[in-house]
Amino acid sequence: MSNTKFSSLLHKMIKHRVSYAMLAPYYILFFIFVVFAVMMAMGLSFSYFNILEKPQFVGWGNYARLFLDDDVFLIALKNTALFVTITGPLGYVLSFSVAWFMNELNPKIRSVATLFFYAPALSGAVTMLIWQVIFSGDSYGIVNGVLMQAGILLEPLIWLKNEKYMLGILIAVQLWLSLGTSFLSFIAGLKTVDESLYEAGAIDGIKNRWQELWFITLPVMRPYLKFGAVMQITAAFAVSGISIQLLGFPTTNYAGRTIVTHLMDHGQIRFNMGYAMSIATFMFLLMVSFNKLVQAYLKRIGN
Amino acid sequence: MKKKLNRSFAGNLAITLFLGALGVFMVLPLVLIISNSLKPLDEFFIFPPRLFVRNPTLSNFGDLFSTLSNSWIPFSRYLFNSIIISVFGTGGHIVIVSMAAYPLAKHDFPGKKILFSIVVLALMFAPEVTQIPNFLIMSKLGLVDTYFTFIIPVIVFPLGLFLLKQFMESVPISLIESARLEGAGEMYVLWRIIMPLIRPAWLTLLLFNFKFSWSDLTSGFNVFVFSEEIKPLPHLLAQISGNTQVAWKGMVAAAHFVMLIVPVMIFILTQSQVIETMSSSGLKE
Repeated sequence: MSNTKFSSLLHKMIKHRVSYAMLAPYYILFFIFVVFAVMMAMGLSFSYFNILEKPQFVGWGNYARLFLDDDVFLIALKNTALFVTITGPLGYVLSFSVAWFMNELNPKIRSVATLFFYAPALSGAVTMLIWQVIFSGDSYGIVNGVLMQAGILLEPLIWLKNEKYMLGILIAVQLWLSLGTSFLSFIAGLKTVDESLYEAGAIDGIKNRWQELWFITLPVMRPYLKFGAVMQITAAFAVSGISIQLLGFPTTNYAGRTIVTHLMDHGQIRFNMGYAMSIATFMFLLMVSFNKLVQAYLKRIGN
Repeated sequence: MKKKLNRSFAGNLAITLFLGALGVFMVLPLVLIISNSLKPLDEFFIFPPRLFVRNPTLSNFGDLFSTLSNSWIPFSRYLFNSIIISVFGTGGHIVIVSMAAYPLAKHDFPGKKILFSIVVLALMFAPEVTQIPNFLIMSKLGLVDTYFTFIIPVIVFPLGLFLLKQFMESVPISLIESARLEGAGEMYVLWRIIMPLIRPAWLTLLLFNFKFSWSDLTSGFNVFVFSEEIKPLPHLLAQISGNTQVAWKGMVAAAHFVMLIVPVMIFILTQSQVIETMSSSGLKE
């Protein structure tokens, strides 16, 4: 019985060999550098590995140390949670609000406005470095200069190394960067909403723009909301890598540590590869579950 | 453009103010880049620092090419590297991804669903997870200090497969079938029929993929690249941007300006196509 199933499967596959041939270039690369890499990360997470020697199996040792014995990881968790729950949804809501507000106003300035709002995200995570100039620690930094001129500050503050301010600054910069792919998809999605739905809504008793938003606009935009969510969540997690650029590495007293930078620390600096891989595996599972949760939640929009 | 219904003036005003304030916040650093890159050296020593430039000059850009070097590698080299990586990366990406998207969209074969869902899964986690394993793989392959470390992540960019497959699905099967009846091979169908039809989609992909290849710093496998001479622009910028010596500020800003202007120009050129891509049925599941 299974013999015929297998041979008919094989037969089907040979019949579609052209399909497989076309899939091959991409998928070969994908399998090596994504699928296999993830499996490798998981496998290595159970080992002690410092590149110079062969990996040695340590069972759950890395995970035990990670969750029970690593104080810096706890800081990283806290910060990453902070970013994901604040800048993630905030960036998402901001992207949507700006897209929706722009849609409300004059269409003529819309493409210029789109460019202005998208430019930071577009220029990539590098031009964000200009914030270093703004928050620069000497008296030529813009913020220092303005505050000193206004008499609020007497001496220049080293913002980016200061535990009290660095997280707030990081959040602000991440928000600056957050009008990205999801922003564009919301702008586009808003264009697809049928005008007649709005008119029908007005007749049916919708009294202001906020009701219109909740009852008509959002449900129609559900696919865009779902897509935007995936993009924004991934960005919120990944962008925690920014902190090393702005705040230096490691940050003062690890105040700016995130899961990603913790991974980088152990992997690239200390060469605790096995340990780094357990962090990576954890992050992988965390992100995928989080994304799935959000998708499930979004299915209920507008109801 | 029909007038919107049920809109109060107060609401409109509040929205305009909010957008205005936010717009300033978004644009401020970019304005700073532009004006700093045009400032002659003496204007940097003014206290308090002035935002706009009084006597603009192009000398910072000139300095960028002639004197700015990091470990004796000139700016032009970084620029060249960035261009190579982006051209080959994005070009390679679009070719390879469209070849893969077509069977997923229009053929029926065993494993189709699984193959697509693992790519969707790849959209859900950050690339930093696989950085180190990928470095190990690359070093086993002996490819660590080559352009491949930069180009491969660009090619594997999963959003591309997702986007193109969604769009190819909306191409009417009748067009494809009539081409096949006339003897067209599958590659012909792909390049001559499908791709022209979904032009907004791959133009959008071009923008996104280019943006990634041009500006990515931390997510590729390039973390362990040792040869400074193949590194692209983002690495240079990361190294010089922390430099607080006032004499460097003009050049840092000029370098940032170069980084910034290229994707912005591509966006301006493709903007209408990008918006159209995202608004058509491609994103609906």
